[in-house]
Amino acid sequence: MQIILYTVLLLGGIGAFAALALYLTAKKFKVEEDSRIDLVEAALPGANCGGCGQAGCRQFAEKCVKAGSLDGLRCPVGGDATMRAIADGLGLQAGESDPQVAVIRCAAECLKRPTTNRYDGAKNCSVAHMLYIGETDCAYGCFGFGDCIAACQFGALSQNSETGAIEVNADKCTACGACAKACPRHLIEIRRKGPKNRYVYVACANQDKGAVARKACENACIGCTKCQKTCEWDAIQIEHNLAHIDGDKCRMCRKCEEACPTKAIRSVHFTNEKA
Amino acid sequence: MKTFKIGGVHPHDNKLAAGRRFEPVPLPKEAIIQLNQHIGAPAVPVVEPGEEVKVGQLIAKANGFVSANIHSSVSGKVTKIDEIIDAWGAHQPAIFIEVEGDVWMPDIDISGKFKPTCNLSADEIKRKIADAGIVGLGGACFPTHVKLNPPKEHVIDTLIVNGVECEPYLTPNHRLMIEKGEEIMVGVQILMRALGVDTALIGIECNKRDAIEELERIAARKEGIRIVPLKMKYPQGGEKQLIQALTGREVKSGQLPSSTGVVVQNVATVFAVYEAVQLNKPLIEMYMSVCGKEMEQNGNFRARIGCSVNDVVNMIGGMPEVTGKIIAGGPMMGRAMIHLNTPVTKRTTGITFISQKSAPRFASSPCIRCGRCIQACPMGLEPYLLYKKALQKDWDFMEAHHIMDCMECGCCTFTCPSRQPLLDFVRLGKATVAANIRKRKS
Amino acid sequence: MNKLITPAPHIHSGDSVTKRMGYVILALLPAWGISIWQFGLGALAVTLISIASCVLFEFLIQRFLLKRPNSTGDLSAVVTGLLLAFNLPSNLPFWIVIIGALVAIGIGKMSFGGIGSNPFNPALVGRVFLLISFPAQMTSWPLAGQGFAHYMDAETGATPLAQLASQGLSPDLMDLLIGRIGGSLGEVSAIALLVGGLFLLATGTIRYYIPVSIMATVALFTGILHACGIGADPLTHLLTGGLLLGALFMATDYATSPMTKLGQVIYGIGIGIITVLIREFGIYPEGMSFAILLMNAVTPLLNHLTPKRFGGN
Repeated sequence: MQIILYTVLLLGGIGAFAALALYLTAKKFKVEEDSRIDLVEAALPGANCGGCGQAGCRQFAEKCVKAGSLDGLRCPVGGDATMRAIADGLGLQAGESDPQVAVIRCAAECLKRPTTNRYDGAKNCSVAHMLYIGETDCAYGCFGFGDCIAACQFGALSQNSETGAIEVNADKCTACGACAKACPRHLIEIRRKGPKNRYVYVACANQDKGAVARKACENACIGCTKCQKTCEWDAIQIEHNLAHIDGDKCRMCRKCEEACPTKAIRSVHFTNEKA
Repeated sequence: MKTFKIGGVHPHDNKLAAGRRFEPVPLPKEAIIQLNQHIGAPAVPVVEPGEEVKVGQLIAKANGFVSANIHSSVSGKVTKIDEIIDAWGAHQPAIFIEVEGDVWMPDIDISGKFKPTCNLSADEIKRKIADAGIVGLGGACFPTHVKLNPPKEHVIDTLIVNGVECEPYLTPNHRLMIEKGEEIMVGVQILMRALGVDTALIGIECNKRDAIEELERIAARKEGIRIVPLKMKYPQGGEKQLIQALTGREVKSGQLPSSTGVVVQNVATVFAVYEAVQLNKPLIEMYMSVCGKEMEQNGNFRARIGCSVNDVVNMIGGMPEVTGKIIAGGPMMGRAMIHLNTPVTKRTTGITFISQKSAPRFASSPCIRCGRCIQACPMGLEPYLLYKKALQKDWDFMEAHHIMDCMECGCCTFTCPSRQPLLDFVRLGKATVAANIRKRKS
Repeated sequence: MNKLITPAPHIHSGDSVTKRMGYVILALLPAWGISIWQFGLGALAVTLISIASCVLFEFLIQRFLLKRPNSTGDLSAVVTGLLLAFNLPSNLPFWIVIIGALVAIGIGKMSFGGIGSNPFNPALVGRVFLLISFPAQMTSWPLAGQGFAHYMDAETGATPLAQLASQGLSPDLMDLLIGRIGGSLGEVSAIALLVGGLFLLATGTIRYYIPVSIMATVALFTGILHACGIGADPLTHLLTGGLLLGALFMATDYATSPMTKLGQVIYGIGIGIITVLIREFGIYPEGMSFAILLMNAVTPLLNHLTPKRFGGN
C-alpha cells in the first residue's frame, strides 16, 4: 500500500513540476503574433508548394497581413475562392484573375523524334541536361526522365507510357509553378486556361532554324509564320524561329492549329479532339 | 615511392598503346577549327571567308583573360565561318578551311633540327607562349601563359611537370616522354627560365619505367631537374594531388596551386612550349592515343587540329563493330561522344572505345553505408552524403560541406559497391552551388 | 547502332554488395567448420535453419508486405542468418531459431527499409530478443566434443566466462584457441575467427580500425582491472565470450558502424569499454552483444564526424 502511495506521490510530483516548468517557459518566451495570420493561414490550402513565391503558406499569410493590401499576392492553388476568403477576413479587396494551368511546350513523342544515342546515366533531366543534348537532335525538347513529375505535389503530371510524353491533368494542376522550376530546359509555362479547362498552345520550344528543327522532330515548330498570319487576335508572336501563343490574348478559335504544317500546335479539352 | 595522402583508387591501367610510336595522320580535305578550344570566351576570327591561309597563321585572336590564340593547322582557303554541332550536340563556332597543299609560315622552323639552347628573357618566352595559343594539354585547356603569370603575392620556387598520366588507356604523354625526351627537357628549362626557378620536378607513375629511365638519362646532364617515380594511384594527375605527392605541400581549399609556390605543367604542354619558343611553331598538332580492348591494333597518332576524329580512328581500321561507347579522353574523366564526326581540338588527348558488353552501367542497389566512397575521395569529402543531399536539392548543405572542392575525378562512383550514380548528382550539386555563388557575388 | 552516353566515370571497380557479402560468408566458414566439429549435428542444424528462415522471411516481406523486387540475391540475408546462428547455442530448439530469424529480418532489418537502412545489427537484434524471451534455452550451452549425432539432446554446461564469474576458474588457452569450450556455436574457436578476420582485412572488406580499437580497449581496460585484482587477465577476455566474433564480424557491419576513421575508432573504444563494464560489473557474464547494439545507437551521431579534408584547416 505504502509503495503505491509513494509511487503515486513521486510521479505526481514530477508531473506537477514539469507542468510548472513548461508553463513558466511558455510564459517567458511567448512571442506576440498577429492573430489574423492564423486566420489567413487557415484559409490557405496548406500545400506549402511555394507557388506564391513565398517559402510556405505561413509566410504567405504573414505577408498578406503585413502588406495591408492584396495587390500582387495570390495563392495559385486556392485561386479566386481562397483569395476572396482572405480578403473578407482582412477586410481588403481581392483582385480577380483567370485560372491558370501548366503547359509543356514539347510534345515529346519518342516516335516523332529519331534518337541518335542511348542515355544510360542517372535518370534525371538536370543531370542529362548538364551532360549533353539528349537522346535526340533536339537541344530544346523534353528528356522524359520526369523531374517535373517528381516536383509536382498534386499528381497532375504523368508520363504516357506509350509515347513517352509528359501529360498535364488540367483538373489537378494548380499552376503552382514547381514543375516549371524543376525543368532544366524551361519547357513548362504557366498560363491562362479557358472555360472547361480548354487551351491552345505551341507544343515545341525548338529555336533552331526550320530545317534543322524539322529534321530533329516531326512535330517541331519551324517558325513558318503560318499560324501568326491566321490569328485574328494578334495572340501569336514568333521569335527565334519559334511561335508562342499568348494565353491572355488567345480566344481559342483553333485556326492556327489547322494552319500548322507540323502539328506543333495542340488544343486541349475541346469536344472534337483532333489527332 | 611517393604518392598523395588522401583517398584514391586503383583502376586497371590498360595502357594498350604504350608500345606504339606516334604516326602522323594524313592531311584532311577540309579542316574545321573550333574557336573555343580553351576555357574562357571563344577566340575572335581575324580572317575572312575566301582568304588564303598558311600553316601556322593566326586565324583567331584570344578574347579576354583566359582565352587563347588559334592558328590554322593547314594551308588553303577559308570557306566559311559558321557553327558546327560537336559530338555532344552543342553548337560551336568554327572556321572552315579547304585544304590546298601544305605551305607553312616562313618563320616556322621545319628543318627538324634539335635546338637545345634558349637565351630569351622570361617576358619574351611568356609572350611567345601566349602568341602560340598554348593551353594546358592535360584536357583542362587552361591557357598556359596565364598559369605562368601567377598572382604577385605568390612566390614560385618549383616547376612541376606532370608526366603521371593516371587516366587508364591514354598513352600520348608516355609516348611523348620516350620519343621527345630531349625536347621536353629543353621545354622544362625554358619554363624554369620563364618562372625564374632553379628546381623542376617531373612526376611519372611507375608503370612507365621506360619513360622514367629515358628522362633520368637526360636529366643527369641538366641542372635542377629531378625525375620522381610515383606509386600508381588514380587521380595522381590531379594538380593538387601531384603537388602533394611531389613536395608534400597542400593547396588550401579554394586557393590557387601557385599559393604553395609551384606551377604545374603537363608534359605535352611542355613539348608544345619547346616547339613554340624554339621553332616558332604554334599549337596546331595534337598527340593522341586511340585505344580499345576490341581494336585489332591500338595506336598513337599525331593529328592536325581541325581534322576529323573519324580520320584518326580510320588509321587503325575504324571503330570496332562491337563498340558500345566512344569516349573522348580516358574512361575515368572522359566524355562519352554521340559520334566520331567531330574535329580534333586542343582538348582531344585520346579516344577510347568501350565494348557493348562493358559499356552499360550496372543496376544500382541501396546504399549499404560501407563508407568506401569516403575512403576513395581524394579531396576528403563525403560523396554518399552529398549525393543524398543533391537528391533532396539541399544545395546550401552541399556548399557547407565543401562541394566546390570536388574535382569530379569519379573515384566515388568507380568504387561504390552499390553502384549508385554518386558523381552524376554530386556534379549537378556542384554546378548549382557554383551558380548560386555567382548569383550572390553579382 | 546508337552509342551509349553516360556521365563519367565509364568504368567500375567491379565491386558489388553480393561480392562483399560473399567474402563475409567465406570468412565465416572456418569458424563454422570448427563448430560442426565440436558440436556436431546441432551446429549444422541451427545454422541451416537460421539461414533458410532469414532468406525466406526477407523474400516474403519484400514480396508481400513491401511489394518490392526480391533482394535476397545480395546475400545479406544469408550473412544475417549465419551470424545469428553463430550467436546461438547449438542445442536451441528449431522453433526458437525461426523466431529469432523472424525478429532479426522482420524487425531488425526490413522494418527500417531493408539493407543499409537498419540502425541496429539485425543478427544481434534477433539474438538479444531471444536472450530476453527465452533466457533458459539461450543460456544452456552444450559442451564441446560430444560427437556428431547430438542436437537438442546435447549435454550442457557453463561457458568459460560464466565459470569465471561464478567459480573463478580460468580456462585452458589451447581450448580457447581451437574451440573446445562451451558457448554459442560460432564464437568458440579464436583461431578460426582470426583467420576469417584476416581474410576480410586482406580483401579490403573491412578496415582494421574497429576490430583493433575494440581489442586494444578491452585489453587495456581489463589489464588495469586485472592489475587491481578484479576479473580475469586480458588474454582470456579477448578469446572468450564472442569478443572476436563481435569485433571482427558483428561490429564491422557496414550499415550500423560509422563511416569515417575517427568515428570507427571512437565506436570501437565505446564497444570495448561497455563490454568490459558489463562483463565485470553487470549481471551478464558477457556483454559484447549489448555493447555493439548500444554503440549502433550512437553511430548516426558519429557519422557527423567528417573525414580529414584535403586542404582543410
